[in-house]
This record gives sequence, C-alpha cells and structure tokens, in this order.
Amino acid sequence: MTGERILRIVLPVAMLALVLLAWDMAVRLLAMPPYVLPGPGLVFSTLIADGGLLWQSLLVTLSITIEGFVLAALGGIVLAVVFNQWRLIEYSFYPYAVILQVTPVIAIAPLLLIYLPQSLAVLACAWIVAFFPVLANTTLGLNSVDHNLLALFELYKASRWQVLINLKLPAALPQILAGLRIAGGLSLIGAVVAEIAAGSAGAGSGLAYRIAESGYRLNIPRMFAALLLLSLAGVAIFFVLSAVSHLALRRWHESAVRREH
Amino acid sequence: MKSQAAPVVALGNVGKTFERGTVALDGFNLNVRAGEFVSLLGPSGCGKSTALRIIAGLGEASAGTVETSARQAGDIGFVFQDPTLMPWARVAGNVHLPLKLTHAQRGVDAVLSRAAVDRVLAQVGLSDFENAFPRELSGGMKMRVSIARALVTEPHLLLMDEPFAALDEITRFKLNNDLLALWQELRRTVIFVTHSVFEAVYLSQRIIVMTPRPGRVFAEIDIPAPYPREDRYRMSSDYAGYCHQVADALMAAMAEEGR
Repeated sequence: MTGERILRIVLPVAMLALVLLAWDMAVRLLAMPPYVLPGPGLVFSTLIADGGLLWQSLLVTLSITIEGFVLAALGGIVLAVVFNQWRLIEYSFYPYAVILQVTPVIAIAPLLLIYLPQSLAVLACAWIVAFFPVLANTTLGLNSVDHNLLALFELYKASRWQVLINLKLPAALPQILAGLRIAGGLSLIGAVVAEIAAGSAGAGSGLAYRIAESGYRLNIPRMFAALLLLSLAGVAIFFVLSAVSHLALRRWHESAVRREH
Repeated sequence: MKSQAAPVVALGNVGKTFERGTVALDGFNLNVRAGEFVSLLGPSGCGKSTALRIIAGLGEASAGTVETSARQAGDIGFVFQDPTLMPWARVAGNVHLPLKLTHAQRGVDAVLSRAAVDRVLAQVGLSDFENAFPRELSGGMKMRVSIARALVTEPHLLLMDEPFAALDEITRFKLNNDLLALWQELRRTVIFVTHSVFEAVYLSQRIIVMTPRPGRVFAEIDIPAPYPREDRYRMSSDYAGYCHQVADALMAAMAEEGR
C-alpha cells in the first residue's frame, strides 16, 4: 500500500512539472509576447515582485471569504435546525432558499451593489453562495437519524431539546462537516464573483479586483500571479476544512476511520 | 406474596391497524406477572414486535386496553434487534444516556449515576471497555452494551425485541446464558420476542405462540424446567421434548394464516 501512496504524491507532482515545462517551451518556441501568454518563470517573478500588493489583496479576499463562510455556516446550521423543529417554517421558507441558490450569484451581485455598501454586498454574495450546501446537508443529517435511537429517546421521554442536542446534532455532524467543506470553496467563489462585479464599478482591492484591473492594463503576468494565489487560497481552505472534519470524526465515523485489513 | 401475583403487563383485546390497513394485532391478550420470563414466539410479521412497542408506550394500540406497572420514564428498559448505540459516544456515554435523559424526573446525581453505569457494565462483563467506541466492539459486545443501557435505570420490566437474532450461534448461546444469570440475579420481568423455538424454550418460563397476520395468541406453553439452566439443559431430552411441543404449536399457528 505504501507504494501506492508514494505514487499518489509523485504522479501529480510529475504532471505539474510536465505541464510547466510544456508551457515554458511553448512560450519560447512560439515567441509569445508576455501580454498574450507569459511563461511560468515570468509569472513566478511577478508574484515575487508584486508580492506586497498581491499579499494585501489576498488578505482582503480571504477575510471576506472567511466572514462569508462563518455567517453561512451559522446561518445554514441554525436555519436547518429551525426548519427541523418547526415544519411550518420549513414549508414557508425552504422554496425561497432554493430559489436563492439556483439564481446565479453573478446576476445578483450587481443588484446587491446598488442597494448595499460595497463591502457588505461582497459579503452578502459570499454568504448566498455558501449557505445553501450547509442548509441542505444539515437538513439531510438531522432527518436521517436512526429510527430506533429516536424510539429510545422517546422511551425515556426525552424533550425536543434533549433529542436535538444529544441525538440529532451529533448524528448530523458528518453531513454538517461535508456541507462546510463545500461551503468553504463556494464562499471564495462568491467573494471573487462579487469583487469582479464590483471591480467594474471602480473601487475594491481584493485579489479578484486585481485580476480585473490587471486585465484592463494588459498586465497579464500579474493576472496569472493573482490567479495562482486564488487557487492556492482555495486549496488551503479545502485542506483546513478536510482536516477539521477528519479530526472531528476520526474516532467514530466510517468515512474517517482508516480500514484495517 | 401479593407482589408476585401483581400483573406487570396486562393487555386486553389489543388491536393494531397501521395506516396502510395492515392488521398487525387483533384481539391480543397478554398477562405477565412480576418476575416472569415470557417469550413471544412467531414468524416474521406476526405482530410480536408491534406488541412489544405498544407495551413500551412507543406506539398506540388501535383497540383494547393496555396496562403496565410503568409509572415514570426509566421503569421500562428496551433492547432493540440492533444494538442501536450512538456511534459518537463511548460505551460509558451510551450506557449513561437513560440516566441523563431522565435526570429531571429521577434526579439521579452524578456520583450515583457513575456508580450505576459501573455496576451495569460489570453485570454484562464490559468493565474494561467503558472508554471504547461502539465501532471498536464485536457484535456480541455491542449487544451487551445495549443490555447494560436498558438496565441502568433499574427498570422492573425489560423488553427485548429479537436482541440476539443477528448474532452467530456461539455468541448467542453465551449471551443466552448471561441473560439468564442476570435475570436470576436481578429478578426483573422480561418479555422476550424471538422467532427461534430453541431460544424461546431455553430461556422462558412461558411461551406465547402467535399466529401471523393478524397477530393473536395461538397457544401458551409453560416450560417447567428448573433454573439455573445451563448448556447441559440444551442437550437434555426434556429440552428436546419442549422444543418439539413448541415447534408443533408454531406449525399449527402458521397454518392459521389467512383464515
């Protein structure tokens, strides 16, 4: 099995090296001007040279992403619990949560920018995109509790609150964490979409704004450098949330338990 | 002895019809006295689990009267067919659950409930596993945890719904013996649902043979073999005779279906 684990690391790295090499060769052989396609070396040196500026922008985008994520996580979980406890509220509001989800955020963003201050509009976009998977997954988890365990709680005349705290929420934890993992990536997407929509309106200093701005100025190497940072941020968010999920579930849930043969 | 004769469970003409129109029970009568070990025996779908759930208060009877000696939460212990443990909680946490849920009514304080958990875990032979998670235990051990949890509130009535049906035979024999030892030690009333003639004859003082669809009492058979019953009893001609008698009754009960 260790051989396979080594392959799982070596192969993607080799793939990356191959692509970078092909990219570099193509730029050199076809004598591509950097405002059409910069080589990987130029992208990397731009990343270093513009490091201060891009780093500041990364922090702006990340803080919006994290705020949007936290609000989406809280909102999604609380809303799912409310829906679970009061069916009538669920019937009243769930369709609108779906509508909010299926309407493309890129189409909502310009409207939000009209009615909200820009920073709040960007945050709202991140929230709208990210909260639904938390809501949907938590709802699923709360509803798929073992029927016999529910009967056991009923036997001991447990209150609704006791059922929620001691049974439904812990039972839903794997699904909640799966929802959060999706929401992490989506809140970054929401923040980026909103920044780009806002970018055309003028202000802003996040990474996505830098990409839009660099595009107008034909500073293509910086576009690539900013894109690279965004991807890395997305990867980092995914890994952090995966690690949290693994730590929370590793003692008891099948998805996180390493199989022994 | 008055308490010996007092009924712990009295079902009179109980009927149960599900929403889709399935008649699970019809005119079902059952009287169980304190300290008895009674088995409900019948094929799948004869309503024996339904009867058990009605006794536990987990389902309403559609007709008839249901009386039990249960006065407050925790007076009845229930063991499901599956261990039905919370996978996120350790063994001690699972066993402690009934005390936690009934804390407001029973008011068992932390020290006493700690002692109660230790006591029942010792009774089922799992004292060394209080910190294990359910997934780390074998099927038989999980079932022991489930029994310990049912006993932790010191219920006078223990209801068991085919608890050993999913276990291998060797484990089942062992758990049968341990259950009998516990019953003799604690003198609780046990109502045990099973579809195994051999298990019912091994464990019970009295066997209620049920007809399928709708579930009714077809026959009541006393098993007067003395306790303690041990593996030797399984080999005895008495045991074989009782099994024959009960199996005959079961065959006749199954022939009743649809009549």
